[in-house]
Amino acid sequence: MNKNRRSLLSSPEPGSEGEEEDKQLGSNYDDITFTDYTLGQEELEKIENVLEDDLIRSGVHSVLLIDMAGNIIAQRDNGACDHDLYSLAALASANFAAVDTMAKIVGEEEFSLLFHKGENENIHFSKVNVEFLLITIFGKKVSLGLLRLKVAEAVDKINGVWKP
Amino acid sequence: MAFVNMKSKEVQAKIVYYGPGRGGKTTNLEFIYSKFRERIKSDMVSIKTHGDRTLFFDFLPFDIGKIMGYDVKIQLYTVPGQVKYDATRRLVLKGVDGMVFVADSQVEQRKKNVLSLKNLQENLAMYKKSIFKVPLVLQYNKRDLKKEGIPLLPTETLEKDLNSQLKVPSFAASAVSGENVVPTMKKIISLTMASLQNVLK
Ligand SMILES: Nc1nc2c(ncn2[C@@H]2O[C@H](COP(=O)(O)OP(=O)(O)OP(=O)(O)O)[C@@H](O)[C@H]2O)c(=O)[nH]1
Ligand SMILES: [Mg+2]
Repeated sequence: MNKNRRSLLSSPEPGSEGEEEDKQLGSNYDDITFTDYTLGQEELEKIENVLEDDLIRSGVHSVLLIDMAGNIIAQRDNGACDHDLYSLAALASANFAAVDTMAKIVGEEEFSLLFHKGENENIHFSKVNVEFLLITIFGKKVSLGLLRLKVAEAVDKINGVWKP
Repeated sequence: MAFVNMKSKEVQAKIVYYGPGRGGKTTNLEFIYSKFRERIKSDMVSIKTHGDRTLFFDFLPFDIGKIMGYDVKIQLYTVPGQVKYDATRRLVLKGVDGMVFVADSQVEQRKKNVLSLKNLQENLAMYKKSIFKVPLVLQYNKRDLKKEGIPLLPTETLEKDLNSQLKVPSFAASAVSGENVVPTMKKIISLTMASLQNVLK
C-alpha cells in the first residue's frame, strides 16, 4: 500500500537523486522559470509612456499592464485613484483566465469584449499578447467606443515595443 | 515566473498553498494576515462559497522588504482543495514561483493527501514544471487535534507517504493555533528567493 503510494510520485526524469542537496541549498537555479519574457528598462519606459499618452491623457482613470500570472508590469493613473492594485491584478488575471477557459469550453477561441459596467467606474480588459493583459478603469467621461479605440491603439504600440 | 522590475527595483513572486480540501490552506493565510496586519496594507481577498470553502483562491500580498536592493513583494495564494475545482485550481498555479503543500494529519485523510500531491504533480506538469524542481515545503497540519483525542498520522508516516521522494523541508503545524505557520512561510520564501537570486544580481 505504502509502496504504491510513494511510487505515485516517483521521479519520471533522471537526475533527481541529487535533489536533496539542491533543495537544501535552494540552489535549483538553472531551471527556474523566471519570467518567460524579459523586459528592459528602456522598453518598460516606452510602455509607460504609451499608457500615459494614449490612455490617461484620454481621460482614463487608471491603467494596468499585468501578466497572466497576476504580476503588475506597468501602471499609470490620473493621480486621483486609490485602488488596491495588487489585488486588482490578481483578480483580473484570474478572471481573464476563467473567462478564457469558458470560451474554450463552448468552442470559442476567445471572447473579444470583456467589460464590466458600474455606476461610476467601468473596467475593461484587453489581451495584449500571450503574456500580457491591459486593464483599464474609466468613468463616465469616456465612452466605451472611444475607449476601445484608444485601447486598441495602445495594444498595437505595446506590441511594437515588445512581443513575446 | 516572478516579475522583476529593474526600473522600480521591485520583485513580485507568487507562492501558492496547495493541498486537499479542508486541509487548512485558507487558515494559514488568515493566521499570517492577522499576525502581520500592520505590515499588510491591503485586505485579504477570498473568493469563496457561502460555506467558507475556497471557490477560486485566496490572495494576500506580503511586502517583505528589501533583498539585495530589491523591494520584494510576495503574493500568497491558496487554491481550492476540493477535487471538483480542478480547472480553477490549475489557473491559480500559473506562474508559480514557490509552493507549500498543506497536508491534513488526520488518519482518515491519508489517502486524500496523496491524491492531492499527485494532482499537484500533474497540474505543474501542464505548465511544464516538475514537482521535484519547484521550491516546495510540506506542512503537516492540524497537529493540535491530537489533544482532542482525534487519531493523527505520525509525522514519520506522513514523511513516508509524501516526502520520501521529494525530500523537501517539512513542518508539523497547526494553522488554527498558528504553530509553525510563520516558519513554514519563511522557509518557502527563502527557498523561493534563493531560486531567484541569480537573476537579481
Ligand atoms: N483543529 C484544527 N482545525 C483546523 C486547522 N487548520 C484548519 N482547520 C479547520 O479546518 C477547516 C477547513 O480549513 P480551511 O483553511 O478552510 O481549509 P482549506 O484547505 O482552505 O479548504 P478548501 O478551501 O476547501 O480547499 C476549518 O474549519 C478550519 O478551522 C488546524 O490546524 N487545526
Ligand atoms: Mg480554502
